[in-house]
Amino acid sequence: MDLRYSDRKLLIGGVIVITGIIFLIRLFFLQVLDDSYKLSAENNVLRHMTEYPARGLVYDRNGKLLVYNEAYYDLMVIPKQVDDLDTLDFCNTLGITVEDFKQRMQKITDYSKHKPSVFEKQLSSEFYAMLQEKLHHYKGFFTQTRTLRKYPSRVAAHLLGYVGEVDERMTKDNVYYKSGDYIGVSGIEKYYEEYLRGQKGDKVMMVDVKNVPKGSFKNGEYDKLPVSGLDLISTIDGELQAYAEKLMQNKIGSVVAIEPSTGEILVLATSPTYDPNLLVGRVRSANYSLMSKDEFKPLFNRALMAQYPPGSTFKLVNNLIGQQEKVVFPQTTYGCRMGYSAGPIHVGCHQHPSPLNLLQSVQHSCNAYYCNVYRNILDSKKSVREGYDVWRKHVLSFGFGKKFNTDLPSELKGLIPTGDYYDKIYGKSRWKSLTVVSLSIGQGELGTTPLQLANLVATLANRGFYYPPHLVKQIGAKKIENEFTTRNYTTIDSGYFQLVIDGMEQVVEAGTAARSKLKGIPYCGKTGTAQNPHGEDHSVFVCFAPKDNPKIALAVFVENSGKGGTYAAPIASLLIEKYLTDSLRRPLVEEFILNANLMPKPVEKPVAKKETSID
Amino acid sequence: MRKQTSIFDNIDWVMVSIFLVMIFLGWISIYAAVYNEEHKSILDTSENYGKQLIWIGSSIFIAAVILLIDGKFYTISAYPVYGLVMLLLILVLVFGREVSGSKSWFEIGSNFRIQPAEFGKFATALVVAKYLSTMNIKFEDNKTKLITAAFIAAPALLILLQNDTGSALVYGAFLFVLYREGLSGNFLMAGVAVVLVFIVTLLFDPKTMMWIVGVIAFLIFIAGKRNWKNALLIGGTAVVFSGMSYSVGYVVDNVLEIHQKTRINVMLGKEDDPKGVGYNVNQSKIAIGSGGFTGKGFLNGTQTKYKFVPEQSTDFIFCTVGEEWGFMGAFVVIVLFLFLLVRIIYVAERQKSTFTRIYGYGVASILFFHFAVNIAMTIGLAPVIGIPLPFFSYGGSSLWAFTILLFVFIKLDAYRMQLLR
Repeated sequence: MDLRYSDRKLLIGGVIVITGIIFLIRLFFLQVLDDSYKLSAENNVLRHMTEYPARGLVYDRNGKLLVYNEAYYDLMVIPKQVDDLDTLDFCNTLGITVEDFKQRMQKITDYSKHKPSVFEKQLSSEFYAMLQEKLHHYKGFFTQTRTLRKYPSRVAAHLLGYVGEVDERMTKDNVYYKSGDYIGVSGIEKYYEEYLRGQKGDKVMMVDVKNVPKGSFKNGEYDKLPVSGLDLISTIDGELQAYAEKLMQNKIGSVVAIEPSTGEILVLATSPTYDPNLLVGRVRSANYSLMSKDEFKPLFNRALMAQYPPGSTFKLVNNLIGQQEKVVFPQTTYGCRMGYSAGPIHVGCHQHPSPLNLLQSVQHSCNAYYCNVYRNILDSKKSVREGYDVWRKHVLSFGFGKKFNTDLPSELKGLIPTGDYYDKIYGKSRWKSLTVVSLSIGQGELGTTPLQLANLVATLANRGFYYPPHLVKQIGAKKIENEFTTRNYTTIDSGYFQLVIDGMEQVVEAGTAARSKLKGIPYCGKTGTAQNPHGEDHSVFVCFAPKDNPKIALAVFVENSGKGGTYAAPIASLLIEKYLTDSLRRPLVEEFILNANLMPKPVEKPVAKKETSID
Repeated sequence: MRKQTSIFDNIDWVMVSIFLVMIFLGWISIYAAVYNEEHKSILDTSENYGKQLIWIGSSIFIAAVILLIDGKFYTISAYPVYGLVMLLLILVLVFGREVSGSKSWFEIGSNFRIQPAEFGKFATALVVAKYLSTMNIKFEDNKTKLITAAFIAAPALLILLQNDTGSALVYGAFLFVLYREGLSGNFLMAGVAVVLVFIVTLLFDPKTMMWIVGVIAFLIFIAGKRNWKNALLIGGTAVVFSGMSYSVGYVVDNVLEIHQKTRINVMLGKEDDPKGVGYNVNQSKIAIGSGGFTGKGFLNGTQTKYKFVPEQSTDFIFCTVGEEWGFMGAFVVIVLFLFLLVRIIYVAERQKSTFTRIYGYGVASILFFHFAVNIAMTIGLAPVIGIPLPFFSYGGSSLWAFTILLFVFIKLDAYRMQLLR
């Protein structure tokens, strides 16, 4: 190693050059070959700021606003930037304790010192205005605008549904949602979430090491503007819905109204109901748990989820099936002496002229007549089982025993038992038409929802077909055009309907609903009584109006109110009057209904917290 | 023969040009590092680039003055300059102002500060050259070696006392000078070996280290002359190294301060701590690494501009170069340094005057040490030792000191012809 002194310059020079070469190799690796540093640099400097779009509005069929957005403000904080804060003053302004303040700050700081977090959610505009004047004292705090849903007419809570904050599971299942985002939880809000929510915007900002924004990245080249959600036009008639809810006050039950020519639902009311504004914002969870404990279940959507035996209204179906199967004809008459007796079985009936023909059987709702018709249907085939299966197929074609699977929130499918069901109970070939004869008058094992009965009358009005009942007719500028707007034909030839329709007209003119006759509006209806093993029977009334060129088909259920003619029919007639003439000429009937309190016990209104008033 | 000589004749324009290019690139980098859209004026003296313009201007003035002064002055003034700087180094311990843990600054006014340690390197280079070029002084004498060592160690120790380890370490660069002047290569080897043993021991453990030393010693013995003298020499060295490797643990645990220990561990990859002490190195590598081949462009470096890299205009100025000008820019800077260093050695070797040659090696060694340690630190090859990159880093004292260091050499070189006459 002991070079000659004059040669040592070479060694020293060599060391210098080799050092330089090592640096260059290392730099080549760092800068050219390894891309991970570029990513780290982006993570360092780029911040994606979410810009929230306005959620789509919901209008009723007449352009009346049902749901809109109201601005509110989240108080945000970046812990790192909080400096020189007068904690006491801050806490007084917000109305919180210093302890609470410390706890929240600790939680937020544990999450991130540099990222903005929500300190206080959903401040009202009034509070925001007051806070705005003081905000410059509170370094590190700022506000962020968000929106909450508002329901100006306070109706249709169940069908509109509500919006809530996404939970952790949703953020994992769907990358679109981030913690703190809102999502439709039920009703239309849930079904049309993708249209209503719009598209979140993304603003790419550059920040310095202290997380202070330094301007947009590459002049906004990578920014994405938020796209507002699409507005929906609902099929609901807001005024009629409100009126239906008003008529149903202090009653348990539901009202469904459908426009037969389109399948558009005009009214979907359930009672007791609630003000949809109660399930908004900070008060939502408190109100929700309050209502879920209410014994009358205001959160339960009876129009879609309550299954009742259809009662006498089901005679309409059996009438049509009998005609289709050619086991009964317009001129067929059966006598009735307060009911139908065969062997050990007796099905009672009420006082009416006898014998009756097919049309009169509708008008007077004769039980005996339909026991005969029904047995004829089942016994006309080789076996009762075969006859039953034919009958059941006809029934299903009306939309019973299955869901419509449209945009309705959580409907139930009802129950039309299968032949196998009776085979299982009674044994194969061990049951006869007499065994299941109660099905003839809509009792027994049948389960139908108010919606299905409304659809039944819509089908009658259309003489043999229906459109799946649905709630939304237009998304943005586009009218919906899908399976909702496709006709579903029943297995009954349209020629058989006229007799039933005429019979239903007689029900209103001179039958069980004669008290609900409307002057100048001939319409067709059928009363029913759904047996209730737990108490007073439920009253049912189905109808469509007017008789010619029908505009509205209705099903009204009033629980524990006895016969269909007493409460259900007057309610339906008031709604028809209002919908068709936009006026009410029978104040006495209206007063009678409004004053009727059919609740099992006097109602104690749940003490719900109010956010802000609508007026 | 009459020859009209201007003072600018015989000046080595290569070194002067590289110097000018470097301070220009340096200033551009500082401007980019501090750049803020709200303060665009380059003359804004509240910002580092504005101040640096003043330092650059004054440095050029100092360079010109140095070139104007008779070359003889520097040989004569070696001892007084050394003495003066030593005095300042002592005074700063008493009157100095502490900045980030180091008491190494004199405060002049409220805006400007002077760091005497920066001038210590120049003074030491001067005094070592002067002493070793004195008639009748032979480097082979042990006494000479000791006195030289004392000249070098004295300022280094004073700077250590200021708690400025980085600047003290620079004095180790004089090993190169002494090696050129006759110090046995073994010292250089030993110096390198000590560093290696230190690092390897930290990476493994003393026992493993002892085995490695033993095996290497045995191999050297087998390869060389196999006699008792060699056996003793090699065996002795091995024992010393082994003992040293045991003392490393003690040094790290007891002598080094926690931040130094962590820095070393981070550099060795034993501690992964990107938000703590490793943060500087990590951010520095991100800034340089994200530059790519061509860089992000002037003033487009986000990492340095938005202050993710600490000390970006001083110790980590190379990050700005790497980020905004990419591999190409880094290549240019490194090649410029290599050119300058090789040129200094070349010019030193062509001197008839021993004084100038030794001084030249001093200049090259100091610049090389700064260059090597500073850049190695920014790209994660060395622990974070806070020493500036010559001519690039922001800082008046260091720019002045490096300018004086280089230009005295340029003047001495230009003066060599006069010495001949």
